[in-house]
Amino acid sequence: MRELRIHGRGGQGSVTAAELIAVAAFKGGVFSQAFPAFGVERRGAPVQAFVRFDDRKVRLRSQVYEPDYIIVQDSTLIKDVNVFSGVKKGGIVIVNTEKAPDYKVPDGVRLITINATSIALKVIGLPITNTSLMGAFAAATGEIKFDALKNALMHRFPKELAEKNIEAARQAFEYVKAEVA
Amino acid sequence: MLEITEGSMAVADAVRLCRPQVVAAYPITPQTHIVEALAEMVANGKLDADYITVESEFSALSACLGASAAGSRTYSATTSQGLALMFEVCFNVAGMRLPIIMTIANRALGAPLSIWNDQQDSISLRDSGWLQFYAEDNQEATDLHYIAYRVAENPAVQLPAFVCFDGFILSHTYEPVDMLSQADADRYLPKYAPTERLDAADPISFGMYATPEYYLEFRYETDKALKEAKSAIHAAGKEFGEMFGRDYSAMVEGYQLEDAETVIVAMGSICGTVKDTIDELRKEGKKVGLLKIRVFRPFPSEDLAKALKGAKHVAVLDKNISLGAKGAVALEVKDALYGSGIPVYDYIIGLGGRDVQKKDIREVVALAEKGKGDQFIGLRKEVL
Repeated sequence: MRELRIHGRGGQGSVTAAELIAVAAFKGGVFSQAFPAFGVERRGAPVQAFVRFDDRKVRLRSQVYEPDYIIVQDSTLIKDVNVFSGVKKGGIVIVNTEKAPDYKVPDGVRLITINATSIALKVIGLPITNTSLMGAFAAATGEIKFDALKNALMHRFPKELAEKNIEAARQAFEYVKAEVA
Repeated sequence: MLEITEGSMAVADAVRLCRPQVVAAYPITPQTHIVEALAEMVANGKLDADYITVESEFSALSACLGASAAGSRTYSATTSQGLALMFEVCFNVAGMRLPIIMTIANRALGAPLSIWNDQQDSISLRDSGWLQFYAEDNQEATDLHYIAYRVAENPAVQLPAFVCFDGFILSHTYEPVDMLSQADADRYLPKYAPTERLDAADPISFGMYATPEYYLEFRYETDKALKEAKSAIHAAGKEFGEMFGRDYSAMVEGYQLEDAETVIVAMGSICGTVKDTIDELRKEGKKVGLLKIRVFRPFPSEDLAKALKGAKHVAVLDKNISLGAKGAVALEVKDALYGSGIPVYDYIIGLGGRDVQKKDIREVVALAEKGKGDQFIGLRKEVL
């Protein structure tokens, strides 16, 4: 079983990202499970959402404490929340940031940074980074296929909005693909 | 076909396939998604039902009571304080023998206010005369709705039922669920044919005044019907298995039970985490098993005693507490095992949304093996 933990702030679409990643993984033939850590939701407050991937039905119901993958939607969270807590050796951390990292990920963990905010602003016109980061996740981990992600987005959003989000995801996907190559 | 969807949406869809004629509900977290989805289905013509909007849970279940007494297949959903507000109506519905099905997205009760999961809400209605089913995952949560209607509407039962699934932990989780087709659902669950109903042309009354010469007999008959519902549950669960491959004939279900020395007894979504922990413990050579309780009312005492016959230690996980006594499940298990000499330990766990991890289950097993129990798990001593 592989596990993903998404850190974001209320309003950034972390829960939607977890759901759509789970949908895309399931369509690719994997048993997946997505769920949020519910707090008292308000815009800007730190939030978490989780995804599990397995080749058999997922039964475990606890939150994710030792993730294989981490997505950080907002690098300003890093000083407030221990976002890298428990990450497994060999794991992958994807951080949305505009700046060069002034933090360290644990040894044996791969850090991928991407300016998802700028992609989102350029393509969607809003600083909603979740769909770009889904594209980055697909490229970095191979857990989901880009086409499956595209379908999940088409299914979730009205056509025009879906197309913009797919384009944002595609740009992030290509960027990370080139980074990891 | 397996489809991935949110638990609440899967439940709403299963309810739609059960073809309720009247739905009355009041939104409350974490149940809201279910009734929102149903309201939308009615508005879009996907569900041919009357959706009665009400100003409170008390009214929601009261509207269901009237609709059910008039002979409609009736549905509601609630949780926590909403269920608490229905307390009076719950007893009336059962006393009038009305087969209303209500989904409970299990949540803690205040004070202090908690929107998060435990099972205190439905457990606190254990004496009301409703059947209580508990789901381990969203597949079970959907399937149990068809079974609940079949059992509740059985003329030998004629009692209401809760289908309980853990709030947030299941209601807000996306996972694969195999949904029935409408044709299959119709094959399994025929139209409701009440034996008695309110009809102006042929007047009868429900829930009238019972003097001391009659009340005791009413209670006797309701209790008898609830106890005898066990055979209807078995039959309905078996038939579901024959038709769709998922067998729900057993009210208690074992996992790695055969040679288990320490047996955990639990209800609801926690069973998944327990199973994963058991797999790890088995690899370490520990003989640990699980007995999952799927039906809490009627309580399957005989089945439970039979399944636990070979156990050396029984560790009950209670996501509730009967304050001043113990967890409600442990009390039942102790009663079922009375005289067997098998020690039963109670562990209060996961109240108010406290996350339950595999390490917590390991702690429970270690405590039970040492003969220590009747305690809370995961207490943060620094805040006491």
